[in-house]
Amino acid sequence: MVKPKYTIAVTGLNNTDNPGPGVPVIRGLRESDTFDVRIIGLAYENLEPGIYMPNTADKIYQIPYPSAGGEAFIKKIEYIHSCEKLDCIIPNFDAELYTFMKNEKKLAQMGIKTFLPSIKQFEERHKANLPSFGKKYNINVPKSIAVTNISDLSNINDKFDFPVLVKGKFYDAYIVYNLEQLQYNFNKIASKWGVPVIIQEYIQGTEVNVVALGDGKGNTIGAVPMRKQYITDKGKAWGGITLDDEKMLEITRNLIKKTRWRGGMELEMIKTEDNKYFMIEINPRIPAWVYLANGAGQNLPEALVNLAMGINVEPYKTYKTGIMFIRYSYDLIGNISQFEKLNINGEL
Amino acid sequence: MRLKKNIAISETGFIFNPSTGDSFTLNPIGIEILSFIENEKKYEEISDAILEKYDVDTITFEKNYYDFIQMLKNNHLLENE
Repeated sequence: MVKPKYTIAVTGLNNTDNPGPGVPVIRGLRESDTFDVRIIGLAYENLEPGIYMPNTADKIYQIPYPSAGGEAFIKKIEYIHSCEKLDCIIPNFDAELYTFMKNEKKLAQMGIKTFLPSIKQFEERHKANLPSFGKKYNINVPKSIAVTNISDLSNINDKFDFPVLVKGKFYDAYIVYNLEQLQYNFNKIASKWGVPVIIQEYIQGTEVNVVALGDGKGNTIGAVPMRKQYITDKGKAWGGITLDDEKMLEITRNLIKKTRWRGGMELEMIKTEDNKYFMIEINPRIPAWVYLANGAGQNLPEALVNLAMGINVEPYKTYKTGIMFIRYSYDLIGNISQFEKLNINGEL
Repeated sequence: MRLKKNIAISETGFIFNPSTGDSFTLNPIGIEILSFIENEKKYEEISDAILEKYDVDTITFEKNYYDFIQMLKNNHLLENE
């Protein structure tokens, strides 16, 4: 059988100690059994490691940050599409998703497929909306409030016992043990990510995660649970292992069924000593550890592209447990001419 | 007392709990005792076998045995009874 060849654009090439999912997504796509790929890497910064990694992207384009405005962003995508004839785009950053979702129809008119959650799905699972989300879908969530003004923290003792978690709306989370630490970290997060800042009850337990893919009709196409074995000071998994945990899968399938989730997602949960699960975050995209799912037998990036292309995808029924991943750092040697080319031309 | 069904134990004494992702290593006597437990031997049978094979008194074995069992329980390796 002749496999189709798709040109797929991927963001999130920042394979740093706070890695984006771009490189593992590309690895999954390159290992696809059902199609061949030409990969177009979309980079925001000119030192994202994925730009320079061998066998990763066939071509790189710099794109403007979504904060530069949707119009500039779409113009650049139009230009890239005129050069590359993109079949599909897989955005991998929370902060850019809104721009892609808002322009989904425009992209489709151009002939570029995406497979994203709806704006409603995206908004209701926001960290700031987690309590109402938990109530609506009958999921245990830690108590949390969204705070926009530092003066609102002065009576925090009436609502929470320390320690509490203080979280940015997109990224960053710190455990704080007193009001001074809370105020300091509130300012730190607010200046970086804006408000609201989320104050969340600290639940003692083990952090466990699921990577999953919903087909938008309520079906779970794939899901793999994992426990972080090695966590960096940024709270990122540097090593992890797949788990045999039916309860986590049940929570995932149930959530996808009820929300009719469309696209990739990561569920972050805390499992307590008495085997209760608390949902602490729902990330509306494929996580950076998605290649572990490939290792365990579920190629979710491949399935996502097939869904985007309108192809019927059979749900994965199994995966291997006890499969581990360990990240590593590795020095790539490049030439200044590559850097120059990207800087001057905006492509490489 | 039974080990959880999905617990994997290798001949080298490496234990993996796929539900939690935890792994442990056993020393040779731990491997031996766990294999008795896997074969659903009663405490008396295990005690007799160990006392016969090793230079250990009943009280010391009993204390160490129940410490070991508690460790298995604490690490969620035994079925709840």
